[in-house]
Amino acid sequence: MTTRAPIDLLPRPAKLSRRGFVGGLSAGILGAAATEANAETLADVPDRGPGADLSAHSERSRFAKLDRIPEATPGKRNVDPGDAINSKTPHQKLVGNITPTDLHYERSHSGVPDIDPAQHRLLIHGMVSKPLVFSVEDLKRMPSVTRVVFIECTGNGWENWKKADPDVTVQNTHGLVSTNEWTGVPLKFLIDLVARDKGANWMLAEGGDGAGVDRSIPLTDEIVNEAFVAYGQNGEPLRPAHGFPMRLLMPGFEGNLNIKWLRRLKFGNAPWMTRWETARYTQLLADGKARQFQLRMETNSVITQPSGMMQIQPGYNRISGLAWSGHGKIAKVEISTDGAKSWKQAQLSLPVLSKAQVRFQMDWVWDGKPTRIVSRSTDEKGNVQPDRQSFIAAMGTNALFHYNAQQTWSIDEAGRVRNVLA
Amino acid sequence: MSSHDKLLLAGVLALGLLAAPALAFDFGRPATPQDIKLWDIDVGPDGKGLPDGSGTAVQGKQIFADNCAACHGDNGVGGIKDRLAGGQGTLASNMPVKTVGSFWPYATTLFDYIRRAMPYPTPGSLSTDETYALTAYILSLNGIVPADGKVDRDSLPKIRMPNRDGFIPEAEFDPAKLFRKK
Repeated sequence: MTTRAPIDLLPRPAKLSRRGFVGGLSAGILGAAATEANAETLADVPDRGPGADLSAHSERSRFAKLDRIPEATPGKRNVDPGDAINSKTPHQKLVGNITPTDLHYERSHSGVPDIDPAQHRLLIHGMVSKPLVFSVEDLKRMPSVTRVVFIECTGNGWENWKKADPDVTVQNTHGLVSTNEWTGVPLKFLIDLVARDKGANWMLAEGGDGAGVDRSIPLTDEIVNEAFVAYGQNGEPLRPAHGFPMRLLMPGFEGNLNIKWLRRLKFGNAPWMTRWETARYTQLLADGKARQFQLRMETNSVITQPSGMMQIQPGYNRISGLAWSGHGKIAKVEISTDGAKSWKQAQLSLPVLSKAQVRFQMDWVWDGKPTRIVSRSTDEKGNVQPDRQSFIAAMGTNALFHYNAQQTWSIDEAGRVRNVLA
Repeated sequence: MSSHDKLLLAGVLALGLLAAPALAFDFGRPATPQDIKLWDIDVGPDGKGLPDGSGTAVQGKQIFADNCAACHGDNGVGGIKDRLAGGQGTLASNMPVKTVGSFWPYATTLFDYIRRAMPYPTPGSLSTDETYALTAYILSLNGIVPADGKVDRDSLPKIRMPNRDGFIPEAEFDPAKLFRKK
C-alpha cells in the first residue's frame, strides 16, 4: 500500500523543543506501553544479541498493548465477556487504513459459534429454478473477488446521542467500524447458479448462530454487483468472531446485513420483516415514528490522534484520523482546530478506496490555548458529514443507530483531550 | 483407429472438457425438498411460513414462567434482558420504551423470532404449539389478544399491532416503491 509523502501544510516551528516533540508523540500512538526508562543517549540503547526462537505463529511485541473493549449497552463498558454484545476496535492505537484482524470490531447476537467447516452448508432456495446446497470447498472452487471494505455496526457513535461522557476514548465513541480485506464468491455468480426467478428482488440471508440472525436484502443492481459471500479475511480464513467459515459481505451497508456464519439465502419478492429490521435497526425519530430500511452507512469521519483521554503539548502536533462512506470513495476531509469556525483540507493516505476507511492527516501547531478540534468528510457523491446540531435536528436523540455527526474533541489549557458535544 | 489416433482423440476430448464453460452442476448439489423443509423456518408478515398448530395465552403463561421469565422478568417486565410489555405512548418521549406492544409492527415477527432464537440457551427447543402459546401470552401481556386468547397460522397475520403504521421506509429502499417498473 502506497502512502503519499506528507506535505507540511505549516512550516516546522523553529523553536520546537525536543521535550515538546517527545511529549507530543507520547500521546499514545501505536499503543506502546511505557518502557522502564527512555534511552536518553544512544549509549542507553540495549546491546544487540540473539533473539527469541522463531515460531509457527508470530505474536505482537510485549510492548504493544492493543485490546478491544467488550461492551454491553452504551455506557456499560469493560463488562464481563458473558454480558458483552459487542467488542470495539482501539482506533486511538492504530495507524494506516487496515484494521488488524484480531482487533476488527465484533457484534454477535448469540455468542460465537464453533463451526467445523466440513459440517457447514449453505442452502440457496426460494424463488429460484435450481435450489442448491454448497459446502465451503464448493465456494472455494468458484471464481473469487478480493476487496478492502469497511464494516460498521449501526450502533457506532451511540455513546453521543444524548450526552457526551468526557472520559471516553475514540474506541468508545467510534470503535464499531473496521476495515479488512475480504475474499469470496460474488453474489451474482451464486444467483446465476441457482437461476433466480424474475421478480425475486429480495433475498433473506440467515446465519448459523444461535439466534439465526436474518435480514431482508433488496437486490438492487449495486448490491447484486458488489455483494459477495466471503470465506477469507486479510488473507486467511475468516476468524470465528467474524463468521467462519463464511459470511455475507455487503460493502457500504449496515454491519448487521453482513450476515455471519451464513447458512441460508432465500429469494422472494418482499421483505420478511425480521426482528432485526423492525424491532432493531430502525431509527426512532423525535415524533415517535421510526425510519426503516435505512440500510446504507453514511459519510463519516473521526480524529483518532489526538483523541479522547490523550494529552498533548503546545507546539507541533499531527492530527490523524479515519474517514469512510457507504456511498463510495471519500472525496475530502476537512479539519477545524478552532471549534468549526475555519476548516483546512487534510491529506488522504492513498489509495482511497470505495467503501473503505481512509487515513487522513494534517500538521498543526497548538498555541496552548483551549480549543476544539473536529473533522468532517465529504464523499464522491457530495454527501457531507453533518454537524451535530443539524444532525440532531433531523434525527432527534432517540434513534440509537446511524449516528454520523461530526465528532468534536475539546482540548483544555493543560492539553487534555475530551469528548464533547458541539 | 490406430492407438495413436485414439490417444489423440482422448487428448482432444480432455482438452475440450477443460475448456468448456463451467456448468452449474459443477458446484454444490441440488437441494432436496427434505433439505429445504428442515431449514426453511422464516415467517413473512403475510403469514407465509407459519406452521400448523396453535397455542393459548393461558398455556403460554406457564411456558413463559419456565423458559423466559429468568431473563425477561415476570410478565415480561423488569428482567435483565429486553422488556416485552408496556411502553405504549412513550415513543415520542425522551425515554421511549420499545416493546413488542409499543414498537413491533408485525405479530408474525414475534412467532418467527421466538422460534429461531429463543430461549437464548436452547433455541429450537420449544414445540410449534408452545411457540404459538408464548406468542399469544406476550401479545396478551400487551392487551393485543385477550387473556384467554389463542393464536394460529390464520389468526396471527390478521392481528394489527398498535405500532403497525409507526415506520417510515427509507426512500432509497422503500419496499413499496423499489423494483417497480418506471
